[in-house]
Order: sequence, then structure tokens, then C-alpha cells
Amino acid sequence: MSGELTTQGYIKHHLTNASVGEGFWTWHVDTLAWSIILGLVFILSFRSVAKKATVGVPGKFQCFVEMIVEFVGQSVKDTFHGKNPLIAPLALTIFVWVLLMNFMDIIPVDWLPTLAALIGGESWETIASGNSHIYMKVVPTTDLNMTAALALGVFVLMIYYSVKIKGFGGFMKELYAHPFNTPWLYWFNFILEVISLLAKPMSLALRLFGNLYAGELIFILIAGLMGMWQLPAHFIWAAFHLLVIPLQAFIFMMLTIVYLSLAHEEH
Amino acid sequence: MNLNATLLGESIAFIVFVWFTMKYVWPPLNGAIEERQNKIADGLAAGERAEKDLELAQEKAKEQLKDAKVQAAEIIEQAKKRATQIVDEETTRGHDEREKIIAQGQAEVEAERNRAKEDLRQQVSVLAIAGAEKILERQIDAAAHSDILDKLVAEL
Repeated sequence: MSGELTTQGYIKHHLTNASVGEGFWTWHVDTLAWSIILGLVFILSFRSVAKKATVGVPGKFQCFVEMIVEFVGQSVKDTFHGKNPLIAPLALTIFVWVLLMNFMDIIPVDWLPTLAALIGGESWETIASGNSHIYMKVVPTTDLNMTAALALGVFVLMIYYSVKIKGFGGFMKELYAHPFNTPWLYWFNFILEVISLLAKPMSLALRLFGNLYAGELIFILIAGLMGMWQLPAHFIWAAFHLLVIPLQAFIFMMLTIVYLSLAHEEH
Repeated sequence: MNLNATLLGESIAFIVFVWFTMKYVWPPLNGAIEERQNKIADGLAAGERAEKDLELAQEKAKEQLKDAKVQAAEIIEQAKKRATQIVDEETTRGHDEREKIIAQGQAEVEAERNRAKEDLRQQVSVLAIAGAEKILERQIDAAAHSDILDKLVAEL
């Protein structure tokens, strides 16, 4: 990737994470940094409200935060009928965190990478020609590691509560005794159920990743290919993407609640 | 797009954020919301109760007003009756008094007349004797003829 700026080079540059380490022990520094910053923005702002939450007339920011809390709480109440103090905070964390990370998509694709490159000491010419060696992917949810980590956490909780509520035997029985309750088909059931069990976290991780990755890619394509026409195109795509961003956060939260609700149910 | 150590880092971050939210964010926020909901519900209930109380009080006041009106009418009716009675009584008494006074007056008049009559009779008898004395120009024994005179007097 040297010399003139090519579209392929531009796109590839935007889709490369800033990383350290080799092989499995590669750390995507940008994903980690942005996700943790946004996570901190979430817990600190909510904590600041929670600390001085008043029962009387709430302030504007408290109202806003309470709206989100109530929305998540209502979703949990509607779907999850057991008693578990973890579900609602989990759903809230997932919803707001994913929402914030998705919203990074709305920031124009070149701003933060260029800023990072400038801070990193690259010259304007290097950056403009696409030869910068500083990479910066600012939307953590376009990194499969991020969405997989969330899905993995949900998956572990699913297994944990399944075993806790139904016992290991009950959990196993759920795997082999459905949908055909005849002993000679238990092997078939088992294959089916294990696949469907594994499909849950995988679909969680891939749905969020796929949607945001595709959205980000479109932004990059618009920026890379359309010249001045990118201005209206960006606007239109951003307006459409505004629907995708909260929707994907909501779906991830909702499915988390549903999966954990299923884990709590005894058959 | 390969999975790597970032997955572990994000998992740890996820666990920490969820733990923090469960410990320090969710309970106070949800608590405040629920407490406020309870307060609002209580307030609404109190308002409803007050409204009911007010309605009851209004009804009671209405009833009392009606009672008072009825009582007042009764009192006025009684007073009127009493007034009529008093007027009647007074009229009767006045009438009686008048009758009495008239009767007394008449009796007095009668007595006066009788006395005057008696006087007149006496005087007439004296006059008659004097007249007779003059006409006869002679002495008549008054005592001898007093029975005639008495008869005359009685005829007057």
C-alpha cells in the first residue's frame, strides 16, 4: 500500500484495527479503548444520576436516565417472569453500552482516524495518500471480538442458570429429550438441540456485528467512491442508519432477556 | 476478522460493567422510580378520597340545609299561628272589656236615673203639696192627707 490513494487501500485502511501482539494474543487497542471509554461514559453518567436520584421532582437528565431505566425494566418485566436481580441490570448495560458503541457509526468515518494519525505524528500527505500506519476503527461493534464477547457473556449466563435452576440432569434432559421424546431418537435430539443452543450466542454476535459492519462499510464506500455526492448520500444513509442503531441495541437486549428467560423455565 | 485476545478483554470489561450496574446503578435508580410511583399512587388515592369526602360533605350540607329550611318553615308557621291566636285572644278580651265597661256604664246610668227619678218624685210631691196649698189658700193637714199624696206620688 504505497503511492497513490486507491479505493481498495482506503477501504482496507478503514477496516483495519489498531492492534498490538501476534496471533491469538493480538489486542485490538481501538476496539478496547473505545468500548471501555463508552462503557465508562455509561456507568459514570448513570451512576452520577443514581447517586443523587431523588424521589421528588426529577431533573431533566434524571428524567432521561429514568426513561431508559423504565423502558428496560418494562421490557424485562414483560418477558422475564422469574426473580433474578441480575437480568435487569444486565439488559440495561447491554442496551446502553451497545447503543453508545453503535452511535460511533454516526461520526464521519474519517474524523477520528485522521485525528489519531495526526496525533500519532503522521503528516497530512501520508494520511491523504492512505499510507498512514496508524489505524483506528472507532465503532467497537464492528469488531467481531466485541459482539462475541457480549454474546459469550450471555451464553455463559444461559448455561449457568439452566444448570442452576434445572440441575445438570435437567439441563441435559432438555438437550436430548426434545423435540422427539423417544429414546431411539435421543441422539438426533441431542445434535439438534446443541446446534440450536450454540446458534443462540452465534446469532447474537453475528447479527449485531453484521448489521454494524455493513452499515460502517456503506459509510466507507460512500466516502471512498462518491466524491462530492457523498454529502447527500451520507446524510441519507445516516438517517436510515439512525433506525438500525437503536434497533440492533434493542434486539440484542431483548434476545438476551428471552434467552435467559428460557434458561429459567422448567419444562 | 479473526477472534483474538480482544475477546477476553471485552468479556472482562463486560463483566465489570454489568457488575457495576447491578451493584451501583440499577438499584438506586429503580428504587427511586418505584418509590415515586408509589408516592404518586398514594397521592392519587388521597385525592380521590378527598373528592369523595367533599361529595359526602356537600351532600350532608345539602341535607342539613333542607332540614333547616323545613324547621324554619315550621317555626314561621307556628309563629303565625301564635300571632293569630294572640290577636284573637286580645280581640276577645277587648270585646269583653268593652261589654263590661258598657254594662257598667249602663248600670251607672240606670242608677243615676233612678236616683234622679226618686229626687224628682220627692220634689214633685212637695211641689204638688205647695200647689195644692196655694190653690186652696187654706191650710190642709198634710199629715191627714198624706195617704192621698203618697198615692199620687206612686202614680207618677
